[in-house]
Amino acid sequence: MSDPLERFRAVFFDESAEAIDAIERNLLDVDDASTMDAETINDIFRSAHSLKGGSATFGMGSLTEFTHVMETLLDKVRSGQLRISQEILDCLFSSLDVLRNLVAHYQFDDAINQAGMQRVKTELEHLLAPPSSGQMVAANSPETSDVPAGPAGSEWLIEFAPDPGIMMTGNDPLRYIDELAELGDISVTCKTSAIPDFEQLDPTHIYCLWQISLKSENSVSEEDLKDVFMWIEDEAEFQFTPINNPEDVASPAPVIPEPVIPPSEEPSPPVSATEQELAQPENPQPQDASVPVKSKAKRAAQSIRVDLEKIDSLINLLGELVITQSMLSIYGDEEKYPQFERLSEGLSQLERHTRDLQEGVMRIRMLPIDFCFSRFPRMVRDLSKQLDKSIAVQIIGENTEVDKTVIEELNDPLVHLVRNSVDHGLEDRSTRLAKGKPETGTVTLKAFHQVGNIIIEIADDGAGLNTERIKAKAIEKGVIKANANLTEQAIHELIFAPGFSTAEAVTDLSGRGVGMDVVKRNIRALGGTIDVRSIADEGTTFTIRLPLTLAILDGQLLKVGQETYIIPMLSIIESIQLKPEDINKVGNRDVSFKWRGNFIPILNLAALFGCQVDHQQLVETGLVVVVESDGKQCGILVSELNNHQQVVVKSLEANYAKVQGLSGATILGDGSVALIIDVGAIISRVRMH
Amino acid sequence: MKKILTVDDSASMRAMVAFTLKAQGFDVTEAVNGQEGLDKAMGDNFDLVISDVNMPIMDGIQFISALRKADNYRFTPILMLTTESGLEKKQEGKAAGATGWIVKPFDPQKLVAVVNKVLK
Repeated sequence: MSDPLERFRAVFFDESAEAIDAIERNLLDVDDASTMDAETINDIFRSAHSLKGGSATFGMGSLTEFTHVMETLLDKVRSGQLRISQEILDCLFSSLDVLRNLVAHYQFDDAINQAGMQRVKTELEHLLAPPSSGQMVAANSPETSDVPAGPAGSEWLIEFAPDPGIMMTGNDPLRYIDELAELGDISVTCKTSAIPDFEQLDPTHIYCLWQISLKSENSVSEEDLKDVFMWIEDEAEFQFTPINNPEDVASPAPVIPEPVIPPSEEPSPPVSATEQELAQPENPQPQDASVPVKSKAKRAAQSIRVDLEKIDSLINLLGELVITQSMLSIYGDEEKYPQFERLSEGLSQLERHTRDLQEGVMRIRMLPIDFCFSRFPRMVRDLSKQLDKSIAVQIIGENTEVDKTVIEELNDPLVHLVRNSVDHGLEDRSTRLAKGKPETGTVTLKAFHQVGNIIIEIADDGAGLNTERIKAKAIEKGVIKANANLTEQAIHELIFAPGFSTAEAVTDLSGRGVGMDVVKRNIRALGGTIDVRSIADEGTTFTIRLPLTLAILDGQLLKVGQETYIIPMLSIIESIQLKPEDINKVGNRDVSFKWRGNFIPILNLAALFGCQVDHQQLVETGLVVVVESDGKQCGILVSELNNHQQVVVKSLEANYAKVQGLSGATILGDGSVALIIDVGAIISRVRMH
Repeated sequence: MKKILTVDDSASMRAMVAFTLKAQGFDVTEAVNGQEGLDKAMGDNFDLVISDVNMPIMDGIQFISALRKADNYRFTPILMLTTESGLEKKQEGKAAGATGWIVKPFDPQKLVAVVNKVLK
């Protein structure tokens, strides 16, 4: 990345992702063609335009070509030559996919979907040039189209009469004469007869005109000369006369009358008019030429990009600081340290600052959940078209911040839930109308913080879960017994049972064999929980509760012999004390005990991890922590329960090696290491045996 | 050292222009839209201004015409950065007081050549 051009490319890719998102947002905002306002279309145009400019600069030809067609269409809409229609909107939506593909092509070397691109491009071109009106599709700008080239000659006589006010646009006539000199040898005559009397002279005006004869060894065309004066073609009069006969040089021919009046005769094609004429025929001035000042303040996303590794190392260091801090607080013993009071003040300040710092650093990893939510309006729009349903998406709390890792892991479960709502939850138009509901169904995505957790709700106002069908299915699949007497809520929760799927027909959308049990497992892997609430004909709401970050864990400290372990609070159902006789044995081994009417296995951590412990004493103490994962419970025998605290999770893989049954480690206040138990892993291990 | 103000809403474009010109020893200031450009121009005295046309909040045309009205920018060269298809924008820009234009995409060497020519 040391090559500056590479760096600019990286910036351009960020920028283009933003531009494409902006186009999508704007398109989604309108969706209905009749409500498109000038400002929105201007915004979309501007985004496409910057994409084109940037891609051209970085030599991304296919992207430039495609955005050019898009931009031409948008420009026509903007200038009122084309009316925005549903067709155009749909085509612009398809264009987004092409743009993303093209950007990915240049950024990651993805293959270009040629067929898709060609289809959308043809569609755009078709929209651009309805059979009745002319071509205008061609990417040629008027300048490059065929202006008849002037006779090529190596000798020219040039007359140059700038407008008096030419300096007012920052132009200096001498600059152009200098540039002519680059084409060949010049000799310059300045005519000063138009300079007025001193009293009438405006020092900011130019009253001179110049005759320049140019001799070049190379061939110089009239086009080359026009190019020199391109910037000021409307601010000066020119005559370009080719000189082929040496005698002509001696007696120069037509001269612009002084003072400046348009030339009376035009020996060669008029220069200044040519381009204007070419520009006019199909490009009437837009009615609203100046871009209106945007009233909505642009959402200023001031940000810097930082390598995640750097942030993680900072977080790690901070974890150490927290530990050091708690180590110090142990020395808060008044009798040993007479100056304790001052030390204690300092310590409590240190503690407060450490906590603030910790929160601040943690927030660096946080991203607004919008990163995840923003894809849904588009997805739902596409799905609802496919299913011919009318569905609106409502997003609440999109600025709620969540840990980056959580956002990444959350994507798939949310996609699944939203698809389910669209496919199964929401009814089609006629059914909704028959039920007296509004024709358009709503999927609501909502996020908010609640005491150290983030809550995400995916709600629809559809038919609700079909209790009868779920029950029948559960019995058929053997998830429950036929005579089971379950509450409605318990039946609803059956949808999370492994292998359960009610979709009668496997559609393209949901029911691909990946059920709600996978969603639940994914959420649990993030240390979260998912619940469902459903009322017939009113709708279904899924509530996901997640920890704010994966780097800090709410844990229960416990001891097995001399070793300290931590069990995530989320996995613990309860801690109970058993009598030795409550524990069932097979031979010498403890195997199970009766808990809430069922026998659940018992697990000996000491044996699992090879701790030195007096087993007899452990059983006599009878302290058991009941943990749960994936609906399966197990009891863990421990020597003592300590406090419950938030710990900074450190990776075992990174610092040592992966150990079966452990999900990480942390360092405690006294500097000792405590291992964090992976409850899911040990339960499946127990089940296996 | 000659001072140049570059106004563009695209960060990559701005970075390209600034990098290219800084490498030639110019003192380059950046602004993200016409409004910011105007604010920065008023607080300083630039020898050259290079502005994009399509920008949010205040576009290049409005910016150029406002800047040209300021006393210390009456004769300052102001260049537009524009795409080849923007012919009507060029005319609008000229009418607003632009000195000339640079066509996007530009070759960094060409940019330097134009800037040197204008500042000579």
